[in-house]
Amino acid sequence: MSISAPRGLASSGQKPITEILHPLSAAEEPLSPGPDVTVSGGRDKEVGLTNGTPVETPSPASASVLFNRLQLDDDLDSDGRDPYADTETHDLFVTVDDPKKHVSTMETYITYRVSTKTTRIEFDLPDYSVRRRYQDFDWLRTKLEDSQPTHLIPPLPEKFVMKGVVDRFSEEFVETRMKALDKFLKRVADHPVLSFNPHLNAFLSAKDLNKRQGLALLSKVGESVKNVAGGYKLRVRPPEFCAMGEYLDTFNQKLGTIDRIAQRILKEQSEYLTELREYGTVYASWAGSEEELQRPLEGVAGCVTTCCGALEDMSENMGQDFLPVLREYILYIESMKNVLRKRDQSQAEYEGRLEAAVLRKQEDRTPIPAEVEKCQDKMECFNADLKADWERWQSNKRQDFKQLLTGMADKNVTHYEKCQAAWESLITLLQDKQTEDKTSCKSLWEIRQ
Amino acid sequence: MNTLVCLLQSRKMVEEGSTLMRRMEICVAEAEKRSGKNAVSMQETFTVYLIETRPMDAVAEGHNPAPDCLWRRYSEFELLRNYLIVTYPYIVVPPLPEKRAEFVWHKLSADNMDPDFVERRRVGLENFLLRVASHPVLCNDKILCYFLTEEHGWKEAVYETGFQAKADSRLRALSATFRVRNPDKCFMEMKHYSDELQSHTSQLLRARARVADRLYGVFKVHGNYGRVFSEWSAIEKEMGDGLQSAGHHMDAYAASIDDILEEEEHYADQLKEYLFYAEALRAVCRKHELTQFELEMASQDLISKKQQREELATGIVRTFSFKGMTNKLFGQEAPEQREARLKLLEDLIAEGEETVKEKTIERAEHVEKAWVDIQRFKEQKDKDLREALINYAVMQISMCKKGIQVWSNAKECFLKM
Repeated sequence: MSISAPRGLASSGQKPITEILHPLSAAEEPLSPGPDVTVSGGRDKEVGLTNGTPVETPSPASASVLFNRLQLDDDLDSDGRDPYADTETHDLFVTVDDPKKHVSTMETYITYRVSTKTTRIEFDLPDYSVRRRYQDFDWLRTKLEDSQPTHLIPPLPEKFVMKGVVDRFSEEFVETRMKALDKFLKRVADHPVLSFNPHLNAFLSAKDLNKRQGLALLSKVGESVKNVAGGYKLRVRPPEFCAMGEYLDTFNQKLGTIDRIAQRILKEQSEYLTELREYGTVYASWAGSEEELQRPLEGVAGCVTTCCGALEDMSENMGQDFLPVLREYILYIESMKNVLRKRDQSQAEYEGRLEAAVLRKQEDRTPIPAEVEKCQDKMECFNADLKADWERWQSNKRQDFKQLLTGMADKNVTHYEKCQAAWESLITLLQDKQTEDKTSCKSLWEIRQ
Repeated sequence: MNTLVCLLQSRKMVEEGSTLMRRMEICVAEAEKRSGKNAVSMQETFTVYLIETRPMDAVAEGHNPAPDCLWRRYSEFELLRNYLIVTYPYIVVPPLPEKRAEFVWHKLSADNMDPDFVERRRVGLENFLLRVASHPVLCNDKILCYFLTEEHGWKEAVYETGFQAKADSRLRALSATFRVRNPDKCFMEMKHYSDELQSHTSQLLRARARVADRLYGVFKVHGNYGRVFSEWSAIEKEMGDGLQSAGHHMDAYAASIDDILEEEEHYADQLKEYLFYAEALRAVCRKHELTQFELEMASQDLISKKQQREELATGIVRTFSFKGMTNKLFGQEAPEQREARLKLLEDLIAEGEETVKEKTIERAEHVEKAWVDIQRFKEQKDKDLREALINYAVMQISMCKKGIQVWSNAKECFLKM
């Protein structure tokens, strides 16, 4: 697995969404490098400001990007396996942040800043900062799918949202979507083949994405795969691809189940929270009619309130961080299955044509046309690309889910820690008063001693 | 199930008076099911509780003799308590545990035969006896002593006291509440407080039951993670072990709620005791209203009789009376009749004065003794409830610690994925 800029963390220091600014006026400055910029390839490249690069629009995420890269390094060292460490250079770093609302008479939409730092010669400059909207990401993905059909293209967050149900401009929604877009771009930038795609280059650097023009830069393979003829029937699928398909099916199912469970938990927690709040108020109102017991009862009410707050925080986190990642993987699986289907078709076509050609050769000694060889090439390319991508994907998936689940565990631990602290401080308060008490009357507990 | 044996060290005794507790060690050790024929000759099943008593001196001397024991059922406890309420209307009499399970949340059984319910009731009955036996006034009651020591003679003895006849009729008590004119302000405040206490404890019990219900749901759903992680681990290579183990922790988490909520029932029981105590407190206040009312009535009656006498003696009618009217219309009555009526009135007035004296004393005694016990009750309540709250906080902390443990374990497994 590669480590360029780590995932989903570029969200510090955003401006509020309500700032109305023309999206394209915000940050189109071509960033000029400072005099003492030393850019080198390899894993030790320092990112961003530490070189003394004067950057007009500071990328607020640089520090955390650096920090998290270090963390991820640690993870991988302990992990022990990194099949791409030697084969990939880490010279393309991308970040998505800074959402801004753009209001026009025709429509309202959000744009995001896409920042790029790179040493690749395919790029004219080492830094770019452009603003893009969701549509642009969608365009990019479609172009990638079309031009690199033998590869697994990472998913985008969902396109459509129910207008009445979800607020497209709420902070949570925008934040969640932005994190997903950032992840998407990082995965593409990490990919040894996709990251060199000219459409990506255009996306990252062009001032104006003229999408209608459609850059005519399809690769050879892309061109031919796009025109795969249907109607051929696959005979025998190689076992490794069968295994992939089965795995995806089962994994999809399990993810769906986990999604349902997580949602159910959120629902139950929300109902629990409602009752818990009410419960706290009963203690508070009882305190009103007591003298000696007033402070203890108020103390309990306070603890209950604190626990409510802690639970609210956790639930919010789960909704924002956990569920979207699950859904993303479900989308990923969908697109991967499509790719598998295309591979099947490519194999079927080759085998079909080959069979036909062999028959003709037997009949009238017509040589096997170049067509058939091309098909064979196509298929073999497909298989190789797919296998390579599969390994990457498995590895990424493992990291992602490790992070996701440990995050969930962490949130739960934090929640309980907060609650425990609240109750412990209450006990100190309550027990202090106990020792002051010198009345001769006995409590039931004392009678039982 | 024998849990707490109540050992009372003579050193640590309450200073006021010689309570029963100083002389006897009491506990409700066991519960058993019995079958028998009831009053209408129908077969029924009921539970009996074993009361064990031991003289303190023997225990103090280290002899450890076998305890005396006898079996009582709930209805006998009720009888004892009713006797105490009637006989000591100035005492806030400790309550019994509830007759039927209330404030249940859905997993908790509402069945009286359920072993958990029976166990909690056993503890409640024991608390009742301990409280009564350590009460400075109640502990000296003979009937209480018989209850603890005479298996068979007790019921006769209690009926012989004729306490049932002495009980104030509900109607009388209610009437007094509405019609009393000058009840003592402090008692009225206390009565108001008892309403508040009852309202708040019952609200709290209901809210707690709802919270318990919901919390149960949250925990149990996590059990589903256990199953899906296990299924998922089957298709994974490196991630498999971590997922599988994490799944087990999720199962453990889901299962842990049962014990947590069972323990919380003890807290609920402590609240319930004071819910019922509120009623006992109100009863004392109402008794005050009754004694005050009866005094007012007696005084009023005396005043009116004296007035009648005056009218009769002077012939001047101050207030309207039928006799006055008939006198006017038909002429005065004969002197002999008047004499007779005057004499009667004098007797009645003498009686009336006695009555007023009695009622005054009754009222004053009740006020004095009741006020003492109410103060005692207040202190006890503050202590008990503070302790209950501490216990509750301790339970919450324990639950948090368990939660941290489970999720930390799960995290370890995830990290190994």
